[in-house]
Amino acid sequence: MDTNLNKAISQQEVVHWQDKARRVARGIRQRALELTIKNNGGYLSQACSSAEIFAALYTKIMKLGPSQAPMTPPPFPGVPSANNPNSITGVDYNGPKSPDLDRFFLSSVQYAMVLYVTLVELGRMSPEGLAMFNTDGSTIEMIGAEHSPGHEITSGSLGQGLSQAAGIALGRCLKGEKGRQWVFMSDGEFQSGQTWETLQTLSFHKLDNIGIYVDVNGQQCDGQMENVMNIEPLQAKLETFGARVYRVNGHDVEALAYPADLSPNGCPLFVLAYTNTTEGMDILEERKPRLHYVRFKDEAERERYRTYLTHTFPHTPVSPSSSPFPG
Amino acid sequence: MEILKQVHARNLVKWAKDKPRVVVLSADLTSSTEIDLFRDTFPERFFSMGMAEQNMISFAGGLAREGFFPFVHTFAVFIYRRALDQISMSIAYPNLPVRLFGFLPGITTPGGATHQATEDIAVMRVLPNMTILETGDATEVESVLDVAHSVDGPVYIRMIRGEIPRLFDRSQPMQLGQSRILSTGSDVTLFSSGICTEEAMRVTQVLAKHGVSIQHMHISTLKPFNDPAVLEAASRARYGVITMENHTVIGGLGSAVAETLAEAGAGKKLMRLGLKDTYAHGASRHYLMREYKIDALAVKEAVEKLLGTTFGITEDDLAAVRLESIHSKAKAEAL
Repeated sequence: MDTNLNKAISQQEVVHWQDKARRVARGIRQRALELTIKNNGGYLSQACSSAEIFAALYTKIMKLGPSQAPMTPPPFPGVPSANNPNSITGVDYNGPKSPDLDRFFLSSVQYAMVLYVTLVELGRMSPEGLAMFNTDGSTIEMIGAEHSPGHEITSGSLGQGLSQAAGIALGRCLKGEKGRQWVFMSDGEFQSGQTWETLQTLSFHKLDNIGIYVDVNGQQCDGQMENVMNIEPLQAKLETFGARVYRVNGHDVEALAYPADLSPNGCPLFVLAYTNTTEGMDILEERKPRLHYVRFKDEAERERYRTYLTHTFPHTPVSPSSSPFPG
Repeated sequence: MEILKQVHARNLVKWAKDKPRVVVLSADLTSSTEIDLFRDTFPERFFSMGMAEQNMISFAGGLAREGFFPFVHTFAVFIYRRALDQISMSIAYPNLPVRLFGFLPGITTPGGATHQATEDIAVMRVLPNMTILETGDATEVESVLDVAHSVDGPVYIRMIRGEIPRLFDRSQPMQLGQSRILSTGSDVTLFSSGICTEEAMRVTQVLAKHGVSIQHMHISTLKPFNDPAVLEAASRARYGVITMENHTVIGGLGSAVAETLAEAGAGKKLMRLGLKDTYAHGASRHYLMREYKIDALAVKEAVEKLLGTTFGITEDDLAAVRLESIHSKAKAEAL
């Protein structure tokens, strides 16, 4: 075929994924705001800071197959044990496990809600599933558990997720599997010693089939991280521990995706996504820096947010089943 | 019955005012553990340690060696599970006066297994030099500070927060090693602790109306477990003993009572209510208490089993019970 036509088509494909990623990010923010209003509270600022990261991971970066799980998650089937053949993890929502396919690990599970709305945005879970968020007997837990959609490890005690993913990375490497591991972390986890233990292990064993995206939004429960327990300069520290580090604007999907395309070089990849906790939702500005969990103090405030929702996101999110783009 | 909020937050500030060597350490859960008022009132005595509990605990040991009394605050799971080695070696072994305030006991959180402290008493019990206290109402949340501070060694405290009832009168603060007698009787003896007591009080009232004679004891000191009133109460029971705890049945209150009964050769049938050696999951408190049978209905069923009979008591009957603030029976005797 004509080279110019080839180039035009591939340029169109490039624009194609970026547009889709940005649309997905917008959908994530909208659905997160809807859910927060419905539940009178939620980890909304995390959706604002990480929408592009999740969108880029799920639409461009990660090599995943289609969901293998029911669109509407079944009820919680009980805890893992030798006597419980029904216990599950939420891994099927990310597609089949296969040597050539990638795997996703959410380490900071207060972002569970963002993961759920991402799955809905991409047609991997139904809106009915999302409606079960934080209801008794469902798997759609507020603090993601390993049985929650999109999750496959227990990482609610922060700082353990990366370790587990690293073990999986080694296991898959030993088995000769080519699929990569992608971990989502929050910057707060770098206050935890275990994170640095994992980092030195990844470097020592030259595990480069793992890429970690960090939402560096500079905030935690108690407020601004620099006032609670400062972790900067993060890039320098990670590089000293032997990591390959890219520092990017966390709201730029192209910048986020770029490092993932590089050939692995024997070092674990860290993409430090510097983000804004009110990106795409300026009504949250008035709450800074207390944004870790957004709660409405009364019905009047909730109503204000409802009005903001209708004005800022006037269209209902695209129903995944009618989307022309593959999930 | 009063329901109060911010009990620990306000009380800690008042209590600590004249105790300059009391310092508070936080692991990024300042408002979640009600120490924000303390931080704002005594900023020079408040230390933000970030999300790094193992360090916080050994660090507290160091401070204690220099004559300070660190009051460590975070969710219980991040104390006894995350940093057990540090507690054992940096604090318990050297018998240092560090006070560990563990929030979200048992199934009082929808945060799932990673946030539910379901085996903390069992784990802390096996540490030599450790004292273990559990709060069950506003009066205990307030008075536990004096009890903890009187101990020459480490103390682990199961703390409750948010909306708390006042079950016990202010004039009857928590006392180290002393149980509360909530009702006297001779058919069945019931031991409950923490949030289980309020739940148990619903059913003991209804059972009494059905002619069951119940001895109900509230336990707030889990270690040392040597209150003579415990054996005395258990020995009375014609049909058997029930323990009820917001914890696994292995190693906590149930086990402590079993040890007491066995050593005394008391030979009483024991039914332990609590988590039956399982992790829980994320759901509302009410739902989990029913699911894991740590509620009023479960106590009723246990009593029925011990007595070999059934009562026509429904969930609605139990829900209808209004609880008044009660005085421990011991007060009348101690007059």
